[in-house]
Amino acid sequence: MKSKKNTTNQSIKPQEKEIVLELKNLRKSFGNNHVLNGFNLKLYQGENLVIMGKSGSGKSVMIKCLVGLMEADSGTISVMHKDITKLDQQALDILRADIGFLFQGSALYDSMTVRENLEFPLRRHTKKFGEHVNTEKLVVGALKNVGLESAIDLMPSELSGGMKRRVALARTLILQPKIILYDEPTSGLDPITAKEIIILMQDIQKKYNTSSLIITHDVDCARVIAESMILLIDGTNYAEGSFAELSASNDPKVKAFFKQ
Amino acid sequence: MNKKQNISDKLKAFFIEIGELSYFSGRFFKEAFKRPFELKELLRQCYNMGNKSLLLVLITGFIIGLVLTLQTRPTLMEFGAVSWMPSMVGISIVREIGPMITALVCAGRIGSGIGAELGSMRVTEQIDAMEVSGTNPFKYLVVTRVLAVTLMIPLLVIVGDAVGLYGSYLVENLKGNVSFQLYFNQVFDSIVYGDIIPATIKSFFFGFAIGIVGCFKGYYCEKGTEGVGKAANSAVVFSSLFLFVIDFIAVFVTDIFYDL
Repeated sequence: MKSKKNTTNQSIKPQEKEIVLELKNLRKSFGNNHVLNGFNLKLYQGENLVIMGKSGSGKSVMIKCLVGLMEADSGTISVMHKDITKLDQQALDILRADIGFLFQGSALYDSMTVRENLEFPLRRHTKKFGEHVNTEKLVVGALKNVGLESAIDLMPSELSGGMKRRVALARTLILQPKIILYDEPTSGLDPITAKEIIILMQDIQKKYNTSSLIITHDVDCARVIAESMILLIDGTNYAEGSFAELSASNDPKVKAFFKQ
Repeated sequence: MNKKQNISDKLKAFFIEIGELSYFSGRFFKEAFKRPFELKELLRQCYNMGNKSLLLVLITGFIIGLVLTLQTRPTLMEFGAVSWMPSMVGISIVREIGPMITALVCAGRIGSGIGAELGSMRVTEQIDAMEVSGTNPFKYLVVTRVLAVTLMIPLLVIVGDAVGLYGSYLVENLKGNVSFQLYFNQVFDSIVYGDIIPATIKSFFFGFAIGIVGCFKGYYCEKGTEGVGKAANSAVVFSSLFLFVIDFIAVFVTDIFYDL
């Protein structure tokens, strides 16, 4: 476990693996509220990295800075070796095709059908699949991955919470991203549906060898999916390590998370 | 002291909002001429706004024409000037009542709709999802809606004017046995280009004000369902206020041209 007191996590992250995402000394404040206070992170190719923290600890702010939805006050954000703070809008949009983002509330477009929701990201990224892209094939394929081909012509209002999360995951997958960011993927779901989503996330990771950054409060989710973890406390990496290492920690702040 | 402070804070907030709205409008003009143009979405919005407001405009226009004629008739009869009714109603409706009533009705119908729709999209992170998928949400959501309202309001005003005059004719026909041809001959004899052109130009500005205020309020909606309600409500209040300001300026400018 790596924390303020202990730093030995070399075994989990082999040096030969490529770093696909790196945050260095990230800082973000809202007035006097210093949400991120020098946060660091490295995500390796094919890795599942879980970030845990209390509500309001800055997890969502960090993930939004990562895709350029929010501007950090200082620090560097490197995605696939590109510093996103220095990219122009066009370059950032191209890079975003390689980053999937599963929003906490699914964020499906209410006025569009499931099919249109999935087609939407393809509008700007046809180049990724060549000029003669078969949209229908991609949409059906993405829905098959999440087991919801039959919902293709439904409106989001006709779907249950779990189905919405699956469709959102299919929308995230349609651009075949190399990195997937999950913002509270199991929040608001019953334990059984949450488990199904976790299994789906694992399947996707295996099938596409994606790197995943998962923000969650859900200890069960972290236990199953985390290859490594960071505890975000006071805007910094308070502790790092595997689930087993962190859950065995004697640090009271770390212990508090696993007592939930 | 507290009251003074309160008033000065409110004034400051008001001017800050005006500044932000001006910046938002500037961004609209900057983005409106940049590729890619969202033509399909623009047409969809034109259809939605025009088609869904049509019935409301027809009913209000018709009733205004009826009421205006019924209310004015006794006074004109007293002065033996009832034959001036078509000219008076025609000029009033074309110059002022038609554009203003149509715009006010649309501020309620379209302005609040845009505020609530964009507000709920902001709250449920749909706007963020759009941005992450590589689509410029300002261009897709704001530019198309503002353009659609700007184009549709003048058309709705023409329809509103027509049914208003027809309502007025029905009263005249029932009460004074005036024929359709005689009534409308008199209306068109008294209306000149100086009445139609300023009213049409004014209608474009009305449409722009409704669209830009609705989009501004929705796009920067505060979090939560309360925020969506506030966005819809303040979109109607602010756009109605702007309509009166624009109307005053339009009448003032038209008056200067008449004097020349």
